[in-house]
Amino acid sequence: MHVLRPLLVVIALVAIVLAIRIFAVPVGFGVYDGGYIYGWYDQSSEEAAKSVEVKYQGREYCQGCHTEQSSKVSSSLHANIQCENCHGPAIKHPSEPPKLTIDTSRDLCLRCHADLPASLSGRSAIKGIDPDNHNPGVNCASCHNPHSPAPGAAK
Amino acid sequence: MITRREFLKTSLAGAAGAAISLAAIEMVDPGKVLAAAVQPEKNARWAFLIDSTKCVGCGLCVKACKLENGLPFEANISPTWVERYILTNGGELFADSPKAGRDGYTSKRVDLGMGKYQVVDKSDTKKAFFVPKLCNHCENPPCVQVCPVGATYRTPDGVVLVDKSWCIGCGYCIMACPYGARFIDPRTRTAGKCTFCYHRITKGLKTACVQACPFGARQFGNLNDPNDPVAKTIMTQRVVVLKDEYGTKPQAYYLGLSKEVR
Repeated sequence: MHVLRPLLVVIALVAIVLAIRIFAVPVGFGVYDGGYIYGWYDQSSEEAAKSVEVKYQGREYCQGCHTEQSSKVSSSLHANIQCENCHGPAIKHPSEPPKLTIDTSRDLCLRCHADLPASLSGRSAIKGIDPDNHNPGVNCASCHNPHSPAPGAAK
Repeated sequence: MITRREFLKTSLAGAAGAAISLAAIEMVDPGKVLAAAVQPEKNARWAFLIDSTKCVGCGLCVKACKLENGLPFEANISPTWVERYILTNGGELFADSPKAGRDGYTSKRVDLGMGKYQVVDKSDTKKAFFVPKLCNHCENPPCVQVCPVGATYRTPDGVVLVDKSWCIGCGYCIMACPYGARFIDPRTRTAGKCTFCYHRITKGLKTACVQACPFGARQFGNLNDPNDPVAKTIMTQRVVVLKDEYGTKPQAYYLGLSKEVR
């Protein structure tokens, strides 16, 4: 008898834990493709990962309306640079945001055009300046046109 | 009391019965096998290809990644980052990645950490290059093995994801990852990582970092698609993976990697 009573208590506790588990664990939880080691998860979270909003739309999206600028860029030395790298993510432009924030800062240009020791990278093939001596403090765009950059030419 | 004959009879019958039922469970469903064999676009295996010789260290990939995935821009966390390596003529190696390379490399000063900097003269450099890095989406991800609650997993198409609503923020995965690819998101206090832009690739788009890269240093492809140019490169060219000796089977392949890269 004195064994049976604590045994019933233990069984009841286990039953309670299992009952709570039914409600606490998401329905999609289970062992999937990767087995217990790599595939033990809630499958519905895959959908959550897919539902993130796409913000960078790509240059094809911009071309639809801004035909003139995009054709100008695509025939220039900056053809490989996406519009959104300087103009910011389009998201749902023109509805939201109605106006994009254009980064005209010197630092943006220096990402590629600051002269650095980079012997084994494509950086050495890009024309670079010494930012401390080449018109410090002046925005590059005040002399150079980022949409059709001719070397050393003013707008 | 049972006789020896009876005991042997029943135990043999039991063993035979168990063998039959096991065989029934392991029967292969031919329909399932066929479905897995065809439809490469439905049964993708995503892989990343990085040509580090093309990287110029502009950091536009890091900026695009953080904005696309809505991460706090000023917090010192990033799913992807760019490292700079400089080897001097004297054999000294400098490596840095200030702010994960988010603002690009615009200065000759190498960030040594703790507020210390080192300027390496151009004439004193033997090798200097940039290496983009991100989660390797390993086939045997150690970060997934250690998760105590099943909040991180590898999807059937080969992407390692985190279930933010289930993660308890214990940080085991951050310790387990040999590549330092994970971090704690300060807003939710759960683990964060590169998702291969799962919301983009499942819609047929490129990842944000691949799209932003002006030089083609970052490429993305499907290993199950025989016509995929990235898959072809990975299968036929001299590619390497990071920390191969860990047995994690990374799915981010590198072209032009140097032994200095850690």
